[in-house]
Amino acid sequence: MANSSTQRGRGIGRPRWLYLPAAVGAAFVLLPLLAMIARVDWTNFFSLITSESALDALLLSLRTSSVSTLLCIVLGVPMATVLARTQFRGQGLLRSLVLLPLVIPPVVSGIALLYTFGRKGMLGSTMEFLGIEVAFSTAAVVMAQTFVALPFLVISLEGAMRTAGERYEVVAATLGAGPTTVFRRVTLPLVMPGLLSGAVLAFARSLGEFGATITFAGSLQGVTATLPIQIYLERVSDPDAAVALSLVLVVVAVLVIGIAGQRRGAR
Amino acid sequence: MKSTVTTLIPHRRARALGIVLAAALAVAGCSSDDPDSDGGSGSGSNGGSEAGTITVLAAASLTDTFTELGEMFEEENDGVTVQLSFGGSSTLVEQIQSGAPADVFASADEKNMEKLGDEAIEPAPFASNTLEIAVPPGNPAGVESFQDLAEPDLKLVICAAEVPCGTATEKVAEATGVELSPVSEEQSVTDVLGKVSSGEADAGVVYKTDVVGAGDSVEGVEFNESTEAVNTYPIAQLAEAENSELAQKFIEFVLSDAGQQVLADAGFGKP
Repeated sequence: MANSSTQRGRGIGRPRWLYLPAAVGAAFVLLPLLAMIARVDWTNFFSLITSESALDALLLSLRTSSVSTLLCIVLGVPMATVLARTQFRGQGLLRSLVLLPLVIPPVVSGIALLYTFGRKGMLGSTMEFLGIEVAFSTAAVVMAQTFVALPFLVISLEGAMRTAGERYEVVAATLGAGPTTVFRRVTLPLVMPGLLSGAVLAFARSLGEFGATITFAGSLQGVTATLPIQIYLERVSDPDAAVALSLVLVVVAVLVIGIAGQRRGAR
Repeated sequence: MKSTVTTLIPHRRARALGIVLAAALAVAGCSSDDPDSDGGSGSGSNGGSEAGTITVLAAASLTDTFTELGEMFEEENDGVTVQLSFGGSSTLVEQIQSGAPADVFASADEKNMEKLGDEAIEPAPFASNTLEIAVPPGNPAGVESFQDLAEPDLKLVICAAEVPCGTATEKVAEATGVELSPVSEEQSVTDVLGKVSSGEADAGVVYKTDVVGAGDSVEGVEFNESTEAVNTYPIAQLAEAENSELAQKFIEFVLSDAGQQVLADAGFGKP
Protein backbone atom coordinates (compact mmCIF):
# COMPACT_ATOMS: atom_id res chain seq x y z
CA MET A 1 0.00 0.00 0.00
CA ALA A 2 2.82 2.39 0.94
CA ASN A 3 4.38 2.32 -2.50
CA SER A 4 1.11 2.81 -4.33
CA SER A 5 1.55 6.58 -4.30
CA THR A 6 5.01 6.38 -5.84
CA GLN A 7 3.65 4.02 -8.49
CA ARG A 8 0.93 6.52 -9.20
CA GLY A 9 3.57 9.24 -9.58
CA ARG A 10 5.56 7.36 -12.18
CA GLY A 11 2.52 6.46 -14.19
CA ILE A 12 2.93 2.72 -13.80
CA GLY A 13 -0.29 0.97 -14.69
CA ARG A 14 -1.50 4.10 -16.39
CA PRO A 15 -0.42 4.10 -20.02
CA ARG A 16 -0.98 7.38 -21.77
CA TRP A 17 -3.26 5.98 -24.46
CA LEU A 18 -5.87 5.32 -21.76
CA TYR A 19 -6.66 9.02 -21.57
CA LEU A 20 -8.42 9.25 -24.92
CA PRO A 21 -11.07 6.53 -24.38
CA ALA A 22 -11.43 7.71 -20.78
CA ALA A 23 -12.19 11.22 -22.00
CA VAL A 24 -14.61 9.90 -24.64
CA GLY A 25 -16.35 7.88 -21.95
CA ALA A 26 -16.62 10.86 -19.66
CA ALA A 27 -17.97 13.03 -22.49
CA PHE A 28 -20.50 10.32 -23.34
CA VAL A 29 -21.87 10.50 -19.79
CA LEU A 30 -21.63 14.25 -19.29
CA LEU A 31 -22.70 15.62 -22.69
CA PRO A 32 -26.34 14.43 -22.48
CA LEU A 33 -26.59 15.99 -19.03
CA LEU A 34 -25.17 19.26 -20.35
CA ALA A 35 -27.53 19.14 -23.33
CA MET A 36 -30.43 18.71 -20.94
CA ILE A 37 -29.32 21.61 -18.77
CA ALA A 38 -28.99 23.75 -21.91
CA ARG A 39 -32.66 23.09 -22.64
CA VAL A 40 -33.88 24.30 -19.24
CA ASP A 41 -36.29 27.21 -19.46
CA TRP A 42 -34.61 29.29 -16.76
CA THR A 43 -37.09 32.17 -16.78
CA ASN A 44 -39.90 29.85 -15.74
CA PHE A 45 -37.74 27.33 -13.93
CA PHE A 46 -38.94 28.15 -10.44
CA SER A 47 -42.63 28.13 -11.30
CA LEU A 48 -42.21 24.91 -13.25
CA ILE A 49 -40.65 23.01 -10.36
CA THR A 50 -42.99 24.47 -7.74
CA SER A 51 -46.26 23.57 -9.42
CA GLU A 52 -48.52 21.62 -7.09
CA SER A 53 -48.10 18.34 -8.94
CA ALA A 54 -44.32 18.76 -9.12
CA LEU A 55 -43.98 19.47 -5.41
CA ASP A 56 -46.29 16.59 -4.56
CA ALA A 57 -44.16 14.30 -6.70
CA LEU A 58 -40.87 15.49 -5.18
CA LEU A 59 -42.13 15.16 -1.60
CA LEU A 60 -43.63 11.75 -2.31
CA SER A 61 -40.34 10.60 -3.84
CA LEU A 62 -38.28 11.80 -0.89
CA ARG A 63 -40.71 10.26 1.60
CA THR A 64 -41.02 6.87 -0.07
CA SER A 65 -37.29 6.65 -0.80
CA SER A 66 -36.51 7.30 2.86
CA VAL A 67 -38.89 4.56 4.01
CA SER A 68 -37.52 2.19 1.35
CA THR A 69 -33.97 2.87 2.51
CA LEU A 70 -34.95 2.08 6.11
CA LEU A 71 -36.59 -1.14 4.96
CA CYS A 72 -33.49 -2.00 2.96
CA ILE A 73 -31.37 -1.60 6.11
CA VAL A 74 -33.75 -3.65 8.26
CA LEU A 75 -33.87 -6.49 5.73
CA GLY A 76 -30.52 -6.05 4.02
CA VAL A 77 -28.17 -6.05 7.03
CA PRO A 78 -29.28 -9.55 8.14
CA MET A 79 -29.18 -10.77 4.52
CA ALA A 80 -25.65 -9.45 3.98
CA THR A 81 -24.48 -10.92 7.28
CA VAL A 82 -25.87 -14.36 6.46
CA LEU A 83 -24.29 -14.26 3.00
CA ALA A 84 -20.91 -13.05 4.27
CA ARG A 85 -20.59 -15.10 7.44
CA THR A 86 -21.98 -18.50 6.57
CA GLN A 87 -21.19 -21.21 4.10
CA PHE A 88 -23.75 -23.63 2.81
CA ARG A 89 -24.64 -25.51 -0.31
CA GLY A 90 -26.24 -23.32 -2.92
CA GLN A 91 -25.07 -20.11 -1.30
CA GLY A 92 -23.66 -18.85 -4.58
CA LEU A 93 -26.97 -19.49 -6.29
CA LEU A 94 -28.88 -17.79 -3.48
CA ARG A 95 -26.64 -14.74 -3.75
CA SER A 96 -27.23 -14.49 -7.49
CA LEU A 97 -30.97 -14.74 -6.97
CA VAL A 98 -30.97 -12.08 -4.27
CA LEU A 99 -29.02 -9.77 -6.57
CA LEU A 100 -31.34 -10.46 -9.51
CA PRO A 101 -33.35 -7.21 -9.21
CA LEU A 102 -30.10 -5.41 -10.14
CA VAL A 103 -30.14 -6.82 -13.62
CA ILE A 104 -33.73 -7.63 -14.52
CA PRO A 105 -35.69 -4.82 -16.17
CA PRO A 106 -37.72 -2.81 -13.64
CA VAL A 107 -40.91 -3.63 -15.54
CA VAL A 108 -40.24 -7.30 -14.89
CA SER A 109 -39.78 -6.52 -11.19
CA GLY A 110 -43.14 -4.74 -11.26
CA ILE A 111 -44.87 -7.68 -12.93
CA ALA A 112 -43.34 -10.07 -10.40
CA LEU A 113 -44.57 -7.91 -7.52
CA LEU A 114 -48.00 -7.67 -9.11
CA TYR A 115 -48.37 -11.43 -9.29
CA THR A 116 -47.20 -11.82 -5.70
CA PHE A 117 -48.86 -9.03 -3.76
CA GLY A 118 -51.56 -7.90 -6.21
CA ARG A 119 -55.24 -8.60 -5.68
CA LYS A 120 -55.11 -11.71 -7.82
CA GLY A 121 -51.53 -12.45 -6.83
CA MET A 122 -50.12 -15.40 -4.92
CA LEU A 123 -50.43 -13.68 -1.52
CA GLY A 124 -53.33 -11.48 -2.61
CA SER A 125 -56.13 -13.49 -1.00
CA THR A 126 -54.17 -13.91 2.24
CA MET A 127 -53.54 -10.19 2.39
CA GLU A 128 -57.17 -9.43 1.57
CA PHE A 129 -58.16 -11.72 4.45
CA LEU A 130 -55.91 -9.71 6.73
CA GLY A 131 -57.43 -6.50 5.44
CA ILE A 132 -54.25 -5.31 3.75
CA GLU A 133 -54.62 -3.86 0.28
CA VAL A 134 -51.49 -2.58 -1.37
CA ALA A 135 -52.70 -1.98 -4.93
CA PHE A 136 -52.56 1.71 -5.91
CA SER A 137 -51.24 2.74 -2.49
CA THR A 138 -48.11 4.51 -1.35
CA ALA A 139 -47.14 1.23 0.31
CA ALA A 140 -46.93 -0.32 -3.16
CA VAL A 141 -44.48 2.42 -4.22
CA VAL A 142 -42.31 1.67 -1.18
CA MET A 143 -42.43 -2.06 -1.95
CA ALA A 144 -41.39 -1.50 -5.57
CA GLN A 145 -38.52 0.76 -4.51
CA THR A 146 -37.36 -1.61 -1.78
CA PHE A 147 -37.43 -4.55 -4.17
CA VAL A 148 -35.09 -2.90 -6.67
CA ALA A 149 -32.89 -1.10 -4.11
CA LEU A 150 -32.30 -3.93 -1.64
CA PRO A 151 -29.54 -5.66 -3.67
CA PHE A 152 -27.49 -2.44 -3.69
CA LEU A 153 -27.35 -2.44 0.08
CA VAL A 154 -26.77 -6.17 0.37
CA ILE A 155 -23.96 -6.24 -2.19
CA SER A 156 -22.01 -3.29 -0.72
CA LEU A 157 -22.44 -4.47 2.87
CA GLU A 158 -21.53 -8.07 2.08
CA GLY A 159 -18.40 -6.83 0.31
CA ALA A 160 -17.47 -4.70 3.33
CA MET A 161 -17.97 -7.65 5.68
CA ARG A 162 -15.84 -9.98 3.61
CA THR A 163 -13.09 -7.37 3.36
CA ALA A 164 -13.19 -6.70 7.11
CA GLY A 165 -12.76 -10.39 7.88
CA GLU A 166 -13.59 -12.22 11.06
CA ARG A 167 -10.41 -11.66 13.11
CA TYR A 168 -11.82 -9.10 15.54
CA GLU A 169 -15.02 -11.05 15.92
CA VAL A 170 -13.07 -14.18 16.83
CA VAL A 171 -11.04 -12.22 19.36
CA ALA A 172 -14.18 -10.71 20.89
CA ALA A 173 -15.77 -14.15 21.12
CA THR A 174 -12.72 -15.66 22.86
CA LEU A 175 -12.94 -12.81 25.36
CA GLY A 176 -16.41 -14.02 26.23
CA ALA A 177 -18.76 -11.82 24.18
CA GLY A 178 -21.98 -13.42 22.97
CA PRO A 179 -22.87 -13.47 19.25
CA THR A 180 -25.30 -10.55 19.56
CA THR A 181 -22.76 -8.44 21.43
CA VAL A 182 -20.09 -9.27 18.85
CA PHE A 183 -22.43 -8.32 16.01
CA ARG A 184 -23.50 -5.08 17.66
CA ARG A 185 -20.17 -3.96 19.13
CA VAL A 186 -17.65 -5.32 16.64
CA THR A 187 -19.13 -6.28 13.27
CA LEU A 188 -21.48 -3.34 12.71
CA PRO A 189 -19.05 -0.56 13.70
CA LEU A 190 -16.40 -2.18 11.52
CA VAL A 191 -18.57 -2.15 8.40
CA MET A 192 -20.37 1.13 9.12
CA PRO A 193 -18.84 2.96 6.11
CA GLY A 194 -19.96 0.13 3.81
CA LEU A 195 -23.41 0.18 5.36
CA LEU A 196 -23.72 3.93 4.90
CA SER A 197 -22.63 3.96 1.28
CA GLY A 198 -24.93 0.99 0.63
CA ALA A 199 -27.82 2.89 2.21
CA VAL A 200 -27.08 5.97 0.12
CA LEU A 201 -26.99 3.86 -3.04
CA ALA A 202 -30.30 2.26 -2.07
CA PHE A 203 -31.78 5.72 -1.52
CA ALA A 204 -30.55 6.90 -4.92
CA ARG A 205 -31.93 3.82 -6.65
CA SER A 206 -35.30 4.28 -4.91
CA LEU A 207 -35.40 7.89 -5.98
CA GLY A 208 -34.94 6.95 -9.62
CA GLU A 209 -37.29 3.97 -9.60
CA PHE A 210 -39.80 4.15 -12.41
CA GLY A 211 -40.62 0.91 -14.21
CA ALA A 212 -41.53 -1.25 -11.24
CA THR A 213 -43.51 1.58 -9.66
CA ILE A 214 -45.64 2.33 -12.71
CA THR A 215 -46.27 -1.38 -13.27
CA PHE A 216 -47.06 -2.29 -9.68
CA ALA A 217 -48.32 0.88 -8.00
CA GLY A 218 -49.86 3.02 -10.72
CA SER A 219 -49.82 6.80 -10.74
CA LEU A 220 -51.98 9.20 -8.75
CA GLN A 221 -50.89 12.64 -7.68
CA GLY A 222 -49.65 12.68 -4.10
CA VAL A 223 -50.26 8.95 -3.62
CA THR A 224 -48.24 6.98 -6.15
CA ALA A 225 -47.01 9.54 -8.69
CA THR A 226 -43.32 9.84 -7.83
CA LEU A 227 -40.93 12.31 -9.44
CA PRO A 228 -39.78 10.00 -12.26
CA ILE A 229 -43.42 9.20 -13.10
CA GLN A 230 -44.32 12.90 -13.09
CA ILE A 231 -41.40 13.61 -15.45
CA TYR A 232 -42.50 10.86 -17.81
CA LEU A 233 -46.03 12.25 -17.79
CA GLU A 234 -45.07 15.91 -18.25
CA ARG A 235 -42.81 14.97 -21.16
CA VAL A 236 -45.94 14.57 -23.28
CA SER A 237 -47.87 17.70 -22.34
CA ASP A 238 -45.25 20.10 -21.02
CA PRO A 239 -41.68 19.28 -22.11
CA ASP A 240 -40.32 22.38 -20.32
CA ALA A 241 -41.65 21.14 -16.99
CA ALA A 242 -40.23 17.68 -17.70
CA VAL A 243 -36.76 19.11 -18.32
CA ALA A 244 -36.93 21.31 -15.22
CA LEU A 245 -38.00 18.38 -13.04
CA SER A 246 -35.32 16.16 -14.59
CA LEU A 247 -32.75 18.71 -13.52
CA VAL A 248 -34.13 18.66 -9.97
CA LEU A 249 -33.84 14.87 -9.91
CA VAL A 250 -30.28 15.00 -11.26
CA VAL A 251 -29.28 17.59 -8.65
CA VAL A 252 -30.73 15.48 -5.82
CA ALA A 253 -28.99 12.40 -7.21
CA VAL A 254 -25.65 14.24 -7.48
CA LEU A 255 -25.99 15.40 -3.86
CA VAL A 256 -26.75 11.86 -2.74
CA ILE A 257 -23.84 10.35 -4.67
CA GLY A 258 -21.61 13.13 -3.36
CA ILE A 259 -22.49 12.18 0.21
CA ALA A 260 -21.74 8.54 -0.57
CA GLY A 261 -18.39 9.48 -2.14
CA GLN A 262 -17.38 11.51 0.90
CA ARG A 263 -18.20 8.60 3.16
CA ARG A 264 -16.01 6.37 1.09
CA GLY A 265 -13.23 8.96 1.08
CA ALA A 266 -13.46 9.31 4.85
CA ARG A 267 -12.93 5.59 5.21
CA MET B 1 -1.13 -5.72 -6.21
CA LYS B 2 -3.88 -6.87 -8.43
CA SER B 3 -3.46 -3.85 -10.69
CA THR B 4 0.14 -4.76 -11.57
CA VAL B 5 -1.04 -8.17 -12.70
CA THR B 6 -3.64 -6.71 -14.98
CA THR B 7 -1.20 -4.36 -16.66
CA LEU B 8 1.07 -7.28 -17.47
CA ILE B 9 -1.61 -9.03 -19.44
CA PRO B 10 -0.41 -9.03 -23.07
CA HIS B 11 -1.25 -5.93 -25.03
CA ARG B 12 -2.66 -8.16 -27.70
CA ARG B 13 -5.91 -8.29 -25.82
CA ALA B 14 -6.18 -4.52 -25.64
CA ARG B 15 -5.41 -4.29 -29.33
CA ALA B 16 -8.06 -6.88 -30.12
CA LEU B 17 -10.55 -4.86 -28.14
CA GLY B 18 -9.59 -1.78 -30.12
CA ILE B 19 -10.14 -3.58 -33.41
CA VAL B 20 -13.54 -4.80 -32.27
CA LEU B 21 -14.50 -1.28 -31.22
CA ALA B 22 -13.33 0.19 -34.51
CA ALA B 23 -15.26 -2.44 -36.44
CA ALA B 24 -18.38 -1.75 -34.42
CA LEU B 25 -18.08 1.96 -35.11
CA ALA B 26 -17.54 1.35 -38.80
CA VAL B 27 -20.62 -0.86 -39.01
CA ALA B 28 -22.68 1.70 -37.12
CA GLY B 29 -21.48 4.43 -39.47
CA CYS B 30 -22.27 2.47 -42.61
CA SER B 31 -25.79 1.53 -41.69
CA SER B 32 -26.97 5.12 -41.95
CA ASP B 33 -26.60 5.16 -45.71
CA ASP B 34 -28.16 1.88 -46.61
CA PRO B 35 -27.45 1.30 -50.31
CA ASP B 36 -30.88 -0.30 -50.79
CA SER B 37 -32.84 2.65 -49.53
CA ASP B 38 -32.74 4.77 -52.65
CA GLY B 39 -31.55 2.47 -55.38
CA GLY B 40 -33.50 0.07 -57.53
CA SER B 41 -36.14 2.42 -58.91
CA GLY B 42 -34.54 2.32 -62.35
CA SER B 43 -34.18 -1.45 -62.43
CA GLY B 44 -37.90 -2.21 -62.37
CA SER B 45 -38.70 -3.54 -65.86
CA ASN B 46 -42.48 -3.73 -65.67
CA GLY B 47 -43.72 -0.18 -65.97
CA GLY B 48 -45.30 1.60 -63.06
CA SER B 49 -44.02 -0.67 -60.33
CA GLU B 50 -41.42 0.92 -58.08
CA ALA B 51 -38.95 -0.66 -55.75
CA GLY B 52 -37.44 0.88 -52.69
CA THR B 53 -37.89 1.40 -49.00
CA ILE B 54 -40.28 3.69 -47.22
CA THR B 55 -40.16 4.44 -43.55
CA VAL B 56 -43.51 4.79 -41.82
CA LEU B 57 -43.77 6.21 -38.32
CA ALA B 58 -47.05 5.24 -36.71
CA ALA B 59 -48.76 5.68 -33.36
CA ALA B 60 -48.32 2.77 -30.96
CA SER B 61 -52.03 1.99 -31.12
CA LEU B 62 -51.57 1.16 -34.81
CA THR B 63 -48.89 -1.48 -34.19
CA ASP B 64 -50.98 -4.52 -35.21
CA THR B 65 -52.90 -2.95 -38.06
CA PHE B 66 -49.96 -1.18 -39.68
CA THR B 67 -47.78 -4.28 -39.40
CA GLU B 68 -50.46 -6.10 -41.37
CA LEU B 69 -50.94 -3.22 -43.80
CA GLY B 70 -47.19 -3.02 -44.35
CA GLU B 71 -47.00 -6.71 -45.21
CA MET B 72 -49.95 -6.44 -47.58
CA PHE B 73 -48.39 -3.42 -49.28
CA GLU B 74 -45.09 -5.28 -49.71
CA GLU B 75 -46.91 -8.24 -51.26
CA GLU B 76 -48.74 -6.02 -53.73
CA ASN B 77 -45.60 -4.07 -54.68
CA ASP B 78 -42.63 -6.19 -55.67
CA GLY B 79 -39.31 -5.08 -54.24
CA VAL B 80 -40.82 -2.60 -51.84
CA THR B 81 -39.84 -2.67 -48.19
CA VAL B 82 -41.95 -0.92 -45.60
CA GLN B 83 -39.99 -0.01 -42.51
CA LEU B 84 -42.27 0.58 -39.55
CA SER B 85 -41.48 2.41 -36.35
CA PHE B 86 -44.07 2.63 -33.61
CA GLY B 87 -44.19 4.95 -30.63
CA GLY B 88 -46.28 7.50 -28.81
CA SER B 89 -47.48 10.13 -31.30
CA SER B 90 -45.79 12.96 -29.42
CA THR B 91 -42.52 11.02 -29.28
CA LEU B 92 -42.70 10.41 -33.03
CA VAL B 93 -43.34 14.11 -33.65
CA GLU B 94 -40.24 14.90 -31.60
CA GLN B 95 -38.23 12.41 -33.67
CA ILE B 96 -39.45 13.89 -36.96
CA GLN B 97 -38.66 17.42 -35.81
CA SER B 98 -35.17 16.42 -34.78
CA GLY B 99 -34.54 15.04 -38.24
CA ALA B 100 -35.34 11.33 -38.10
CA PRO B 101 -35.57 10.16 -41.72
CA ALA B 102 -39.16 9.15 -42.46
CA ASP B 103 -41.61 9.22 -45.37
CA VAL B 104 -45.02 8.79 -43.76
CA PHE B 105 -46.45 9.66 -40.36
CA ALA B 106 -49.68 8.25 -38.94
CA SER B 107 -50.74 10.03 -35.75
CA ALA B 108 -53.20 8.92 -33.08
CA ASP B 109 -54.70 12.38 -32.91
CA GLU B 110 -54.97 15.56 -34.95
CA LYS B 111 -53.23 17.66 -32.30
CA ASN B 112 -49.89 15.91 -32.80
CA MET B 113 -50.18 16.08 -36.59
CA GLU B 114 -50.81 19.82 -36.33
CA LYS B 115 -47.57 20.22 -34.36
CA LEU B 116 -45.69 19.28 -37.54
CA GLY B 117 -47.14 22.20 -39.51
CA ASP B 118 -45.71 22.33 -43.03
CA GLU B 119 -43.57 19.29 -42.42
CA ALA B 120 -46.69 17.17 -42.92
CA ILE B 121 -48.16 17.34 -46.42
CA GLU B 122 -51.98 17.35 -46.61
CA PRO B 123 -52.88 15.17 -43.62
CA ALA B 124 -55.88 12.95 -44.34
CA PRO B 125 -58.08 11.27 -41.73
CA PHE B 126 -58.02 7.49 -42.16
CA ALA B 127 -59.61 6.05 -39.02
CA SER B 128 -61.39 6.93 -35.83
CA ASN B 129 -61.49 5.46 -32.39
CA THR B 130 -63.99 5.71 -29.57
CA LEU B 131 -63.70 5.00 -25.88
CA GLU B 132 -64.88 1.82 -24.28
CA ILE B 133 -64.80 0.52 -20.71
CA ALA B 134 -62.48 -2.42 -20.16
CA VAL B 135 -63.29 -4.79 -17.29
CA PRO B 136 -61.61 -8.01 -16.13
CA PRO B 137 -63.09 -11.23 -17.59
CA GLY B 138 -66.49 -11.89 -16.01
CA ASN B 139 -66.93 -8.24 -15.05
CA PRO B 140 -66.71 -8.91 -11.27
CA ALA B 141 -67.76 -5.38 -10.33
CA GLY B 142 -70.76 -5.45 -12.66
CA VAL B 143 -70.00 -2.28 -14.61
CA GLU B 144 -72.76 -1.64 -17.17
CA SER B 145 -72.56 2.07 -17.97
CA PHE B 146 -70.33 5.11 -17.83
CA GLN B 147 -72.33 6.28 -14.79
CA ASP B 148 -71.32 3.09 -12.94
CA LEU B 149 -67.72 4.32 -13.02
CA ALA B 150 -68.60 6.88 -10.34
CA GLU B 151 -69.34 4.11 -7.78
CA PRO B 152 -67.23 4.97 -4.72
CA ASP B 153 -65.97 1.42 -4.09
CA LEU B 154 -65.00 0.81 -7.69
CA LYS B 155 -61.29 0.65 -8.42
CA LEU B 156 -61.17 2.68 -11.62
CA VAL B 157 -58.05 3.30 -13.70
CA ILE B 158 -57.95 5.89 -16.47
CA CYS B 159 -55.34 7.55 -18.66
CA ALA B 160 -53.79 10.74 -17.29
CA ALA B 161 -55.21 13.94 -18.80
CA GLU B 162 -51.81 14.59 -20.37
CA VAL B 163 -52.13 11.68 -22.81
CA PRO B 164 -54.75 11.51 -25.61
CA CYS B 165 -56.92 8.74 -24.14
CA GLY B 166 -57.03 10.70 -20.88
CA THR B 167 -58.08 13.88 -22.65
CA ALA B 168 -60.91 11.96 -24.30
CA THR B 169 -61.98 10.40 -20.98
CA GLU B 170 -62.07 13.82 -19.37
CA LYS B 171 -64.18 15.14 -22.24
CA VAL B 172 -66.79 12.42 -21.81
CA ALA B 173 -66.84 12.87 -18.04
CA GLU B 174 -67.42 16.59 -18.46
CA ALA B 175 -70.14 16.12 -21.07
CA THR B 176 -71.99 13.58 -18.93
CA GLY B 177 -71.36 15.25 -15.57
CA VAL B 178 -70.00 12.02 -14.11
CA GLU B 179 -67.42 12.58 -11.35
CA LEU B 180 -64.63 10.09 -11.84
CA SER B 181 -62.34 9.34 -8.91
CA PRO B 182 -59.73 6.94 -10.28
CA VAL B 183 -57.27 5.09 -8.08
CA SER B 184 -54.63 5.63 -10.74
CA GLU B 185 -54.02 7.84 -13.75
CA GLU B 186 -51.77 5.91 -16.09
CA GLN B 187 -49.32 7.14 -18.72
CA SER B 188 -50.55 4.91 -21.48
CA VAL B 189 -53.40 2.69 -22.55
CA THR B 190 -51.10 -0.31 -22.11
CA ASP B 191 -50.71 0.51 -18.43
CA VAL B 192 -54.49 0.82 -17.98
CA LEU B 193 -55.08 -2.50 -19.74
CA GLY B 194 -52.38 -4.19 -17.67
CA LYS B 195 -54.06 -3.14 -14.44
CA VAL B 196 -57.47 -4.31 -15.65
CA SER B 197 -56.35 -7.63 -17.11
CA SER B 198 -54.37 -8.48 -13.95
CA GLY B 199 -57.53 -7.84 -11.93
CA GLU B 200 -55.94 -5.05 -9.89
CA ALA B 201 -58.53 -2.60 -11.20
CA ASP B 202 -62.27 -3.23 -11.58
CA ALA B 203 -62.55 -1.07 -14.67
CA GLY B 204 -60.50 1.09 -16.99
CA VAL B 205 -61.36 3.52 -19.76
CA VAL B 206 -59.53 2.75 -23.00
CA TYR B 207 -60.18 2.78 -26.73
CA LYS B 208 -62.36 0.22 -28.45
CA THR B 209 -59.36 -1.01 -30.46
CA ASP B 210 -57.46 -1.66 -27.23
CA VAL B 211 -60.24 -3.93 -25.99
CA VAL B 212 -60.27 -5.78 -29.33
CA GLY B 213 -56.47 -6.05 -29.30
CA ALA B 214 -56.34 -7.34 -25.72
CA GLY B 215 -58.28 -10.46 -26.76
CA ASP B 216 -59.67 -12.56 -23.93
CA SER B 217 -57.73 -10.84 -21.17
CA VAL B 218 -60.36 -8.10 -20.82
CA GLU B 219 -64.03 -7.59 -21.69
CA GLY B 220 -65.44 -4.44 -23.21
CA VAL B 221 -68.47 -2.47 -22.06
CA GLU B 222 -69.72 -0.02 -24.68
CA PHE B 223 -71.47 3.17 -23.69
CA ASN B 224 -73.49 5.64 -25.77
CA GLU B 225 -71.72 8.72 -24.43
CA SER B 226 -68.53 7.63 -26.16
CA THR B 227 -69.68 9.70 -29.15
CA GLU B 228 -68.75 12.77 -27.09
CA ALA B 229 -65.09 12.13 -27.78
CA VAL B 230 -64.36 10.61 -31.15
CA ASN B 231 -60.66 10.52 -31.87
CA THR B 232 -59.58 10.92 -35.49
CA TYR B 233 -56.33 9.45 -36.83
CA PRO B 234 -54.64 11.46 -39.62
CA ILE B 235 -51.93 10.20 -41.97
CA ALA B 236 -49.58 12.39 -43.99
CA GLN B 237 -46.56 12.29 -46.23
CA LEU B 238 -43.62 14.11 -44.70
CA ALA B 239 -41.95 17.01 -46.50
CA GLU B 240 -38.57 15.36 -45.96
CA ALA B 241 -39.70 12.11 -47.60
CA GLU B 242 -37.04 10.62 -49.88
CA ASN B 243 -39.53 8.54 -51.78
CA SER B 244 -42.60 10.70 -52.11
CA GLU B 245 -44.28 8.63 -54.85
CA LEU B 246 -44.09 5.46 -52.82
CA ALA B 247 -45.16 7.33 -49.70
CA GLN B 248 -48.24 8.62 -51.49
CA LYS B 249 -48.99 5.13 -52.76
CA PHE B 250 -48.85 3.73 -49.23
CA ILE B 251 -51.23 6.42 -47.95
CA GLU B 252 -53.64 5.63 -50.79
CA PHE B 253 -53.42 1.97 -49.82
CA VAL B 254 -54.32 2.73 -46.19
CA LEU B 255 -57.34 4.72 -47.44
CA SER B 256 -58.37 1.99 -49.93
CA ASP B 257 -61.15 -0.52 -49.22
CA ALA B 258 -58.62 -3.24 -48.40
CA GLY B 259 -56.79 -1.00 -46.00
CA GLN B 260 -59.98 0.20 -44.35
CA GLN B 261 -61.13 -3.40 -43.86
CA VAL B 262 -57.97 -4.23 -41.88
CA LEU B 263 -58.60 -1.19 -39.67
CA ALA B 264 -62.30 -2.02 -39.22
CA ASP B 265 -61.41 -5.58 -38.15
CA ALA B 266 -59.26 -4.14 -35.39
CA GLY B 267 -62.13 -2.05 -34.06
CA PHE B 268 -61.36 1.27 -35.72
CA GLY B 269 -64.29 3.34 -36.98
CA LYS B 270 -64.65 5.22 -40.25
CA PRO B 271 -62.61 8.44 -40.36
